[in-house]
Parts: sequence; C-alpha cells; structure tokens
Amino acid sequence: MTRVFVPGDAAAVSVGADDVAAAFAHQPDVEVVRTGSRGMLWAEPLVEIQGLDPAPDSGQSASHPPGRAGFANLSPADAEAVLALGARHTAYLGPVDDHPWFRRQQRVTTTRLGIVDPSSTSDYERHGGWAGFRAALDVSPSQVVDAVMESGLRGRGGAGFPTAVKWRTVAGAESSVKFICANADEGDSGTFADRMLMEGDPFSTIEGMLIAAYAVGASEGFIYIRSEYPHAVAAMRRAVDAARAAGYLGHDIAGSGLDFDLEVRVGAGAYICGEETSMLNSIEGRRAEVRSKPPIPALRGLFGHPTVVNNLLTLATVPGILADGPAAYAALGTARSRGTQLFQLAGNVARGGLVETGFGVTLRELVEDFGGGTRSGRPVRAVQVGGPLGAYVPASQLEIPLDYESMAEAGFMLGHGGVVVFDDTVDLARQARFAMEFCAIESCGKCTPCRVGSQRGVETLDHILAGRELGANLALLEDLCTTMTKGSLCAMGGLTPLPVRSALTHFAEDFTPEAARRRGGAS
Amino acid sequence: MDREESVRAIATRYAALMSRGPLLPILHAVQDAHGSISRPDVVAIADVLNVSIADVHGVVSFYSDFRTTAASAPAHTVTVCRAEACQAVGGQALFDQAQAMFAGDERVDVREAFCLGNCALGPSATVDGRLLGRVSAERIATAAEEWTA
Repeated sequence: MTRVFVPGDAAAVSVGADDVAAAFAHQPDVEVVRTGSRGMLWAEPLVEIQGLDPAPDSGQSASHPPGRAGFANLSPADAEAVLALGARHTAYLGPVDDHPWFRRQQRVTTTRLGIVDPSSTSDYERHGGWAGFRAALDVSPSQVVDAVMESGLRGRGGAGFPTAVKWRTVAGAESSVKFICANADEGDSGTFADRMLMEGDPFSTIEGMLIAAYAVGASEGFIYIRSEYPHAVAAMRRAVDAARAAGYLGHDIAGSGLDFDLEVRVGAGAYICGEETSMLNSIEGRRAEVRSKPPIPALRGLFGHPTVVNNLLTLATVPGILADGPAAYAALGTARSRGTQLFQLAGNVARGGLVETGFGVTLRELVEDFGGGTRSGRPVRAVQVGGPLGAYVPASQLEIPLDYESMAEAGFMLGHGGVVVFDDTVDLARQARFAMEFCAIESCGKCTPCRVGSQRGVETLDHILAGRELGANLALLEDLCTTMTKGSLCAMGGLTPLPVRSALTHFAEDFTPEAARRRGGAS
Repeated sequence: MDREESVRAIATRYAALMSRGPLLPILHAVQDAHGSISRPDVVAIADVLNVSIADVHGVVSFYSDFRTTAASAPAHTVTVCRAEACQAVGGQALFDQAQAMFAGDERVDVREAFCLGNCALGPSATVDGRLLGRVSAERIATAAEEWTA
C-alpha cells in the first residue's frame, strides 16, 4: 500500500489540491491522507508519497518522516505517472526536509505542520503531542509560568509583550472564573501562519491553552477565528471535538483534576477584532469597539473576568517549550527576541510560503534566498513588513535583521511576521492612500483621531496623488499622522501612520509634482 | 414554519447551547438559513435574548458580513481580495474587472475582502465560497459559466 499525503490546506486547495487528492484516490493500492501544508506554498499542490516502489534514491531524510518524498506543483493528470515513475518524474523534489528551502529553517512551532493528520489526536501524540501538557502537570502552576518566562516567549500577535508577565497577572487575580482566549483573527494582509497551523496542526493550540489554563487556573476558553477562514474554522472545530472525545477537554483532564473546555467562535468581517479588547467585545456579542485600558484584560477581560488573551501562535509554541525545556527555545533568536518567528513570504514573490526561523534573519535572506526575488522577475522596490499597519521597507535596507528591537530602532515594525514584496511598478503614494482607506473602512469608530483622521487622510492623499497644493497637503498629512499616532485609542489608528510615513520618508519621489503628472493628474 | 418562528427557534437553540455571548453565532445561523438578517429578525432575536432591539441592531450593523436587506440574497457571490499582498500581484485590477464583468447582473454580488489568508498565491478570490489562488479574470469567468449553463 502506497500512502499519499495531500494537503487539505486552503492555499493548496486554492490551486487544485482537492482534485489532485481525488485523482490519487482513484489509483490502485493507494491510501490518501489529507494533511496540512508544509509551508512551501509555491510548490503547491505539493504531494508527499511514502512507500514508492522503486524507492526514490536515498529517500531517507535525516529527520522525520522517513521515506516520504515530495512532488511539486502536481495536477490531477500527473497522478498515474508520478506513481509509476517515482524519482524519475520531473515533479520529483526528493525528501521535503532535505530541500534547501526547508533545511535552512528552524522549525519549533511548526514541527508537525504538513506531516500529521490534523483530525487525529493519536497521530498528534505519535509526533510528540501532549508531551508539553504532561510536563506541565509534573510541576506547579507557578513553575509553568517560570518556564515560559525563562524561554523568553513574547506575544506573536505583533506587540511582542512577554507572555509570562500576562500569565502571572491572571494567575494572581482573585476570581472564580478565568478565561483563556486564543486570538486567531489574523486579518493582516500577508499573514497566514495562524490559518496554516489551525488547518495543519490544530491540537498544538489546544494543548497550549490547556497549559495556560493549568498555569493561571482558568476553566473556560475561546478560540476566535475570522470568518474569512472557513477551512480553519472547520479544522479547529473537528479538533476540539476530537480532543474532547479523547479526554483532553472536559472534567478531570488526563486524571489531573483540571477542568477546562473551550469553544470556537467565528468573527463577522471586522479587522479590528484582532485587537484584543475588540475581540473580547465580539465574543460577548457586542459591537467590536475597542475598550479603554486600564483595566487590562488580564484583570478585567472577558465578561469582566481575568483573561489570558494570546495570539494563537503564542499558545501553539508553549507545548514545545514545556516539553523540551525553556533553555532550548531561549537559545534561538537574538538578545531580546528569543526563539523563532513564523515569517510569511507573500505578495510579488517567486517562492512564497511559511518560513520559521530564529529572530534575526535578515529581510534579504527571506526575500531573496527563500523567496527567490519577485514573481514578476522585476527588481524589488519595497517590502511591507508587519501587515497593513507595518512600514514599507525600501530595497536599500533589506540587510535589516528581523527582530523586535532592530526593526523598532529603524522605525519599522515586525508585527505578526508578514512580509509582502512589491516590485518596481508599485506607487507608494497609492499604497499610503490605501493605508488610510483601509483604516477608514475598518476603524471601529470609537475614537475620533482614527475614525475622522483616516477619512481626512484619504482625502488629503487624493489631493497629493493629483498634485494639488502639494506643500500644504503634505504638511496637513504630517499633522494628521501626528494626531492619529498620539491620540488614537489602539494600534489601528495609532499605527496607520507608520506605512504612510515610511512611504513619505523612503519613497519621496512618489510624492512630487512629476509623479502626479505621470499619473495624469493636474498640477 | 414561517421565518419568524424559524428565527426564534435558532435564537432559542443557541441561547440554550451557549451560556455566554450567543449573539454572533445566532446572527451567523440566521443569515445562513435566510440569506439576510431583516428588521423583523432583529426584533425577534432581541425578544428571545431579552435585550434591546438597539443592542441587536448595533451589532448587525457593525460587522460587514451581515446583510440587512429584506430581499433574498443574490444567488452567487464573488469576493476579490483588495489587500496589499494581492495588490502586489494585480488584485486591484482583478477587483475592477470582476465588478465590470458582473455589472448589472443582479444574481451576482461582487464583494471586496481584505485578506483571504492566501497571500503567497495571490491574487485571491472566492467564487460561491470556493477559494481560488493565482486567479485571473478568465478563471472567474470560467467558474461563472457554470451558473449560466
């Protein structure tokens, strides 16, 4: 029996993976297993085959899974020939772990991604799952918090707040009810790591939430997923049901005396729900307006109770820290940005996908070595790092190391690790306008600098794009940016000026009368 | 069962199922069942949950997913991503083409999305909920041909 692993990941499906899976299922002596994606999205549909005869060259990877060989960019018509020709087929990649794109990564949070069956708790266990939870139960709750502190883990949603500090606050709060909330409202353009992890290895998030619940004394949890991710919602719901059936959710989990259960909640098309207090309001069934802080959610969060709100990636990283010890995690990365980041290579890039590696990798390594430059073949002009609230980094500064401190020092932002590549056809004045437009559409409306400032920003940039009274309008835009940065309640209004200002600073030639004339505007 | 009974049944079921914050799941379920959330639906949901009509209306109007027209939903939906990663590979032009392609066709609702999470394989779109990567106007047209067939 030949086992054929075909990703059920939404990105792979978007380029035909379902049809490829069906084609393999029609071949004799074939068992098709649907997995997540390994992250080499440029090679999707990427199929791995185990037990090919004749075995493709060595076929043995240094690590798991033994004997699985990859085939890139398959179409349904390839199925028969791939099985017959094996390593001699032109789509043959060899063992995926040995591929240069893979070997250069440091996978910690994503070790199981694309390998395991995301609906099976036992497959999860076979690949090291639940070991972190068991290790946590061997020590006291406060020792779990200490381990997370020692690992240096910081929130992966974008702000990079030390995870253990949050947990310690919730652990110390007096309340009969406490919550763990996983934020999977991954709305930043250029990011898809939460989605891939939910579709490919959902139990790691559940295990991370269990560990957090044990550490802080919580009994209920929510995973909040954006509605644009229907595949992830389905995968996570399946996983929650499977975990409950296997005794990892509910009463007295694994004989530990811990009671914890969780629910998957689905958003309704509002980017602002990625902001933690908006997300809490949304779960409560309210308009997702940002809350003023204090009080912080760790003390008064969901329904007024102490609440851990962590990005899904943060929670999914915790089991490995407990299983392998905090020192192993802290050894990766840079001085104050410990561990790994899940970089997401997107936009106009030849080899886009998910790259997990220690903080400190340079933008050039990501864009050129992993990404292979632009898909269009034209020169890179700008790279937006950190989503729609992140800066546009000019091609001249690609040597910057990607960690929280280096990026902040240069006036950029690492955020959730999205890396969006643009070639030399991009007009940064238009991108600046889009930043304001996006903020105007997605602002929750609670504070004036964000709600009105972004609308005025769009109008002002329309004048600038057309070359009307450039001096006065650029001065007004700068004034708006200052007001939004200093006066907004949350990062939405507060950081929208970041992409705008980076465009003004590094791409000043797009804000000139000549640029306006090229666009065909009046001057 | 008429629409009001159905909406009340949905609201009652979710309120019993979820002790905490059932409103968003109720609104999703009502829209899934009836294509939209109409004014009478809002009144019925508010009554079942024993909250004010304004509370429910405020939530419905906040989120872009919720459709409030009383008329039945369009038969087909095409959603095109307009966010940065897709812009970098022609997403805005694709959105404009999709709008032009279905202009005047009341059966088709062309919507914008800000990120479908398929940013390495853009431009991205969905056709009746099916996610398509590296998509072109021709591919959307091909998918739409099935509707007229």
